[in-house]
Amino acid sequence: MSERIPVLRIGDVLLVSVQFDLEDQTVLNLQEDLAEQIVATSASGVVIDISALEIVDSFVGRMLSTVAAVSRVLDARTVVVGMRPAVAITLVELGLSLGGVSTALDLEKGLAKLGRPVGSAPR
Amino acid sequence: MVERDDAVDLMGLLSVEGQDLAASWVSEVSGSLKGRIGRAELDRELRELYDALVEALGQGAVDVHAEQMSEVRALLTELSRNRARQGFSPSETAISVFALKRILEPALRDGSAENVRAYLLLGRILDELGLFTIETYTRTRDELITAQAEQLLELSTPVVRLWDGVIAVPLVGTLDSARTQVVMEKLLQALVDTGSEQAIIDITGVPAVDTQVAQHLLKTIVAAKLMGAECTVSGISPQIAQTIVALGIEFDGIVTKASLADALKLALRRSGVDLVAQQGALR
Repeated sequence: MSERIPVLRIGDVLLVSVQFDLEDQTVLNLQEDLAEQIVATSASGVVIDISALEIVDSFVGRMLSTVAAVSRVLDARTVVVGMRPAVAITLVELGLSLGGVSTALDLEKGLAKLGRPVGSAPR
Repeated sequence: MVERDDAVDLMGLLSVEGQDLAASWVSEVSGSLKGRIGRAELDRELRELYDALVEALGQGAVDVHAEQMSEVRALLTELSRNRARQGFSPSETAISVFALKRILEPALRDGSAENVRAYLLLGRILDELGLFTIETYTRTRDELITAQAEQLLELSTPVVRLWDGVIAVPLVGTLDSARTQVVMEKLLQALVDTGSEQAIIDITGVPAVDTQVAQHLLKTIVAAKLMGAECTVSGISPQIAQTIVALGIEFDGIVTKASLADALKLALRRSGVDLVAQQGALR
């Protein structure tokens, strides 16, 4: 039995905080849980906090893209927050640019990003 | 046992004239160095070396890598390291060893067959010692170059804070993969440390942009984007703009500006800061 990552609800936003390095099965569980929770709570946004994540592989990188795509289908926006420099460099070197995933430096900025209407990035 | 006899001969060759040989060695070398090293210092260096060499030969060393030669090797290493640090050329370093051969030549004149044989053997040993000197010299120079390159790397990549939430990296000099790696890491770390959402990479001081440099820049920008920051590239000169187009490099989705001022303006606007000139202010 592998660990499950809790999906927390704040208002109409779901918060996923990854606190340890991910195994493949955990990643798959998370994808399922998240999709179910979005439907169950009709959330409009998902924040994935990966500030504690130190090691990524291409599987985790693809997971982030997949989760974002799944949420989009369910009409929720995904923001990945708190990516560490080393993780960002690794993903770039792996050739994963996470197209279509919004990112923010920290949780606060991520929530602020979700609070704004779609397509109204500050000009 | 034959070799052992040779070694004794060698010692004879070197110690017949004793300190005289060392003295003429010193003057031969100091002539070639044109007084750039103090006579006293040179005298001390070479006499130590000479004594160590005689001692090693006395113990029957016929090979540079022999155990008996360790003292000689240590002295030579120190000598070549000093020469390399003081900026002498390789020949000027090696001459310190080869000069000994030259001053031994007179000993051949009345040469018995034994003397000649001993001289040839000593010549071989000195050649090896010369090569050893050059090797040490080169290694020291390489170490110096590496150390300097590292220092340069540290010096040339400052990350400056222009405004709340806006940082800039002014790049100066040629970009290679090692430098870009450092720039990338520093920039990303600065984004985290300062909580900035806007980063400006200013390439005014970069003399040329080729596909590789562009690739490095792109990687940095994508990595910054992954972390939730936006990057602007500024300081693109007319020549570089033409080169970029001629090379077919595409900065997809990346904002480029001609000057740092323009980039700062954009960054401020993106972070919600309005710049308004005072009424009646002179422009």
